[in-house]
Amino acid sequence: MKYVLMFTHDPAQLAGVSEEETQAVYGKVYAWFQENGAVFADTGAELQSIETATTVKHGGVVVDGPFNEAKEVVGGFSVIDVPDMDAAIALVKTWPQLTLPGVAVEIRPMVEDYSQFE
Amino acid sequence: MTTSDGLLAATIRDESGRLVTALYRRFGDFDVAEEAVQGAVVEALTQWRRDGTPRRPGAWLMTAAQRNALDLLRARGRQARATERLAGPPGDAPPFAGGALHDADDRLPLLFACCHPALAPDARLALTLRAVIGLTTPQIARAFLVNEQTLAQRIVRAKRKIVAARIELKVPDDLDERLADVLAVVYLAYNEAFVSSTGSTHDRDLGADAAWLSELVARSLPERAEAWGLAALLRIQHGRAAARFTATGDLVLLRDQDRSLWDGTAIKRAGEHLERAASLRSPGRYQLQAAIAMCHAEAPSWEGTDWLQIVTLYGVLIREDPSPVVRLNGAIALAQLGPRQAAVALADLDTLEPQLAGYHLWHAARAELLRLNGRDDGAEAADRRALELTSNDAERRLIQTRLRRHPLTDGS
Repeated sequence: MKYVLMFTHDPAQLAGVSEEETQAVYGKVYAWFQENGAVFADTGAELQSIETATTVKHGGVVVDGPFNEAKEVVGGFSVIDVPDMDAAIALVKTWPQLTLPGVAVEIRPMVEDYSQFE
Repeated sequence: MTTSDGLLAATIRDESGRLVTALYRRFGDFDVAEEAVQGAVVEALTQWRRDGTPRRPGAWLMTAAQRNALDLLRARGRQARATERLAGPPGDAPPFAGGALHDADDRLPLLFACCHPALAPDARLALTLRAVIGLTTPQIARAFLVNEQTLAQRIVRAKRKIVAARIELKVPDDLDERLADVLAVVYLAYNEAFVSSTGSTHDRDLGADAAWLSELVARSLPERAEAWGLAALLRIQHGRAAARFTATGDLVLLRDQDRSLWDGTAIKRAGEHLERAASLRSPGRYQLQAAIAMCHAEAPSWEGTDWLQIVTLYGVLIREDPSPVVRLNGAIALAQLGPRQAAVALADLDTLEPQLAGYHLWHAARAELLRLNGRDDGAEAADRRALELTSNDAERRLIQTRLRRHPLTDGS
């Protein structure tokens, strides 16, 4: 099952984080991509509708719904291929930047079976 | 509730979660499985009342649900795919993701999926009541005083998300965190039923359903202390339910309840659950609430209650769960210890005003503590405010009675 990860952050909250800490987290981010390389698939995805969104927030809290407050911005996308939603959440919880305030990752399932639209 | 309705409710409760799980394993479509079982429940409600209970109720439900599932698949034009699946070896069905917990009850994976944190909180409750214990949408709507159409929409959205986002029916790896979500839903199911119940006749005893579900969770996860704590709490609460209302549906406060109406067997069973929880040495809020409820259940009367013990337990509970409602209840208990403590309790209560000013029970509790402190004029105003804020008929009548009879009776 393919899921798009939307990496988001609140610039105002990140502004308070020291340069040192930012660099340390970036180091972990590189390692994270190396470690989890196997689950990353290609991009160019069509997303399921907004109601299917699930968001994991700073501190690992899982909530329903999209991450759509205007003060936060999407910083990047990735597509992963994992067995189910629990696997996607478990992976996202290890995203190193979630240790920083204002960071969140939205998980959205991709449309894979087009027969549902027939 | 007639005996046959009671049997019907118990059969549906026992079977529906199993049936949803079995049909999901067989057809690989959660929505079809849940819808098919729901249809069978609705059929049973009318047919069994008319024709009597079938000889093998579980098999009757299974047959009806299976027929519904095939109809649904046909209607959705997916029969070819389902037939292929049926033709294959049994191993082709989606794996039953029970993992290491294969001895546990097979309804547990379904329950964890229905209480998944990716679903909206109000949808978790509605879906659990429907899929796991087989309440129909109208029954849920009646019990929780919500609009049936809104509720149906909520359930459809939640099911769509389970299917589209692939939330699997399984007992999760991060069990402790997810168990907290499950217990919260079961607690909510009881609490909402408890609050909205007005003593009028329902075709399902929701309190019994929730207590049953809490025991199912505890038995399936016997090493989890809070699961036993919740099972104890709901069993005690339900064991005292018969004394909560008069024949005419009026609320009876704990202090005025006829304690001979309490179900001694249920309270004894709750005591066993609580001991089991305590033996696991991992205290939590449900166990503490159950311990407080047990103090009340074992007291001969309101006056003969071990208030010191209850106040001590509230002290620990407030550290665990410092929510305003818990602090409100702690203050009421404290006030029972004596005049000096009643003054402290009233002061405690007043600090909660910013959070609870819109909550009718805060005003009702304040009225009581003002009376205990000899400030009757303020008490009446507080009762009137509580009356304005409550939306529950039974509570409204209780407060009205208190306003009428006071100051004639209350010499305490």
